[in-house]
Amino acid sequence: MNFRRLWAIFTARNHEFFRDRSAFGWNFLFPFLIIAGFGIIFGDKAQNQYKVGVFPVETEQIVTGNTGIPEPFRQTRYIEFIGFPNLDTALEKLKHHKIDFLIRAQSPTHQYWVSDSSPKGYVVEKLFKASLAPPTGKETGERLEIHGTEIRYLDWLFPGILGMNMMFSALWGVGFIVVRYRKNGVLKRLHATPLTALEYLSAQMLSRIFILAFTLAVVWVGCDLLFSFTVQGSYLHLALVYFTGGLSLCSLGLLLASRGTSEEFTSGVVNFICWPMMFLSEVWFSLEGAPEWVRIFSKIFPLTHLISAARKVMNDGASLAQISGELTILVVAAAIFLSLGAWLFSWND
Amino acid sequence: MRGGIRCSNHPVIDMSSILEVRHLKKRYKSTQAVDDICFSIAPGTCFGLLGPNGAGKTTTIEIIEGILAPDEGEIHYKGQPRNALFREEVGIQFQHTALLATLTVRETIQTFHRLYAAPADIDDLLITCHLTDIQNHMNDRISGGQRQRLLLALALINDPELLFLDEPSTGLDPQARRNLWDIVQKIKARGNTIVLTTHYMEEAQHLCDQVAVMDRGKIIAEGSPRELIQRYCNGVTLILPRENNHRRFKDLPLTFRENNDHIEIDTDDVNAALNHLMALRMDLTDLTVQSPNLENVFLNLTGRKLRE
Repeated sequence: MNFRRLWAIFTARNHEFFRDRSAFGWNFLFPFLIIAGFGIIFGDKAQNQYKVGVFPVETEQIVTGNTGIPEPFRQTRYIEFIGFPNLDTALEKLKHHKIDFLIRAQSPTHQYWVSDSSPKGYVVEKLFKASLAPPTGKETGERLEIHGTEIRYLDWLFPGILGMNMMFSALWGVGFIVVRYRKNGVLKRLHATPLTALEYLSAQMLSRIFILAFTLAVVWVGCDLLFSFTVQGSYLHLALVYFTGGLSLCSLGLLLASRGTSEEFTSGVVNFICWPMMFLSEVWFSLEGAPEWVRIFSKIFPLTHLISAARKVMNDGASLAQISGELTILVVAAAIFLSLGAWLFSWND
Repeated sequence: MRGGIRCSNHPVIDMSSILEVRHLKKRYKSTQAVDDICFSIAPGTCFGLLGPNGAGKTTTIEIIEGILAPDEGEIHYKGQPRNALFREEVGIQFQHTALLATLTVRETIQTFHRLYAAPADIDDLLITCHLTDIQNHMNDRISGGQRQRLLLALALINDPELLFLDEPSTGLDPQARRNLWDIVQKIKARGNTIVLTTHYMEEAQHLCDQVAVMDRGKIIAEGSPRELIQRYCNGVTLILPRENNHRRFKDLPLTFRENNDHIEIDTDDVNAALNHLMALRMDLTDLTVQSPNLENVFLNLTGRKLRE
């Protein structure tokens, strides 16, 4: 391994990334926009999970006190009331699941409509019926509360978004770029020099990890200024998690780019891997309750372990020992992907 | 001629050659791209592989460069099979190469400079390849001629003992081509060995000391341009405009070819041919006398033109 040659390719690739302003900007803007978007949507503490239509009401914004809706139901948290001028308009919305439940205002019999196929409608119906029933006077349960720092949805989502951004950046930025270089002859030109495949692949990977680290730091600082994230654990551990995750994802990118000159084919393969990885690695939602085989299948993705470890450190303050399982899997995966990628690598086709 | 030049089966490697190629073969599916070719190159020579597109020149040169693997054959550099030092000591300019995007000309040279153990001086290279004025231009903002000169600079980055140039002037305008030839002449004058592929007979004739004419994967003739012309071409070609003369040609007691707007007459005896033309009272105002060149060599060997 000649570090002078490795450094030459490392710096050339970094120059290329930082000077391509459109791609450079998008790498920062994309995760920032997602976080900002979710911050706006879910930032309000009283996030409404259920939408209940009320008719006939002239305006969308309604004063529920004048509608004859039972007070316990009106006071239930996470329910948003939306006004409709007539039954037809409201039923159309209910049919298309734009609302979960529909109530006729001032109805002496408390008329309501609900869709049989709507799980949310089923829950709201139970709540509505319970609010109409007279109190039994019996104790129905003992309420206990959890205390401590609140984990907002954004705090839970943020490590996942960063991981997802790393995945896209690593697979496209390494996999796609190497295939493009092979197609347009840059790799062939480099092959005609004393540069070895190991030096070239190492330079590509280190360059992308440097870029990922830089992007991560900028996006983190920018988002933190807006949303004040809380990190329960050590920043050093978090950096280690993202480094090993980046290593693993970049190695996967190199494996995908080890052969081939078709950008279209590579694009298809990268998408084929990215999309299931994004949905099954708990970037957006938890897989709790999903079928067992889905949860087992999700473990094959490095992103699953990256996000799991990042959330443990950020949300739960996990120690290094508590995330050692994830770190080990990420390092082993990186070693396997890199070895396979180097073994299969071709400069020409 | 179809068989090509037969390779010597002499087992001793020619130690005076900087490069020796023996019985090289390469097949792509149903096409025999390189068909048992042999040649050796003396140090300080500019050796040209001349032939039409698809003759097997690029495949041959890329096998020698180590980019492609041969099906059969041996390649000896300085009397030995190629080793790790080969890449340190040779310079290569490919026919089609993209440059690293968003780098300047100087940065591109610097990047390649760091890949070699004993690189040449960057400023000297910029001067040699006439790139000093555009050294801070981005790669995607330079002309075709400047791009070819940059690729040549990259090939010269390690001050190579052996330089491979694959169709170096393809796609260049005549002025840019002349500029490139001037640079190659200077490199030749320094004593570097050059292996050049081209389908431009002017380029081969202008730059090469030795030429191997390739067709359909075989070397069909080899020698200096002068030797090849003397061996395969006789006399000169007289070229006359068809206009004003065409009715009288049918009475001409000479063999001639009709070619677009002119008539071409091949002759070993210029005086006798001119006497015939004057006897027929032809208008000789725009008569051109053309000496034979490598194009004629190829035409006489294969019955086809180089750029057909």
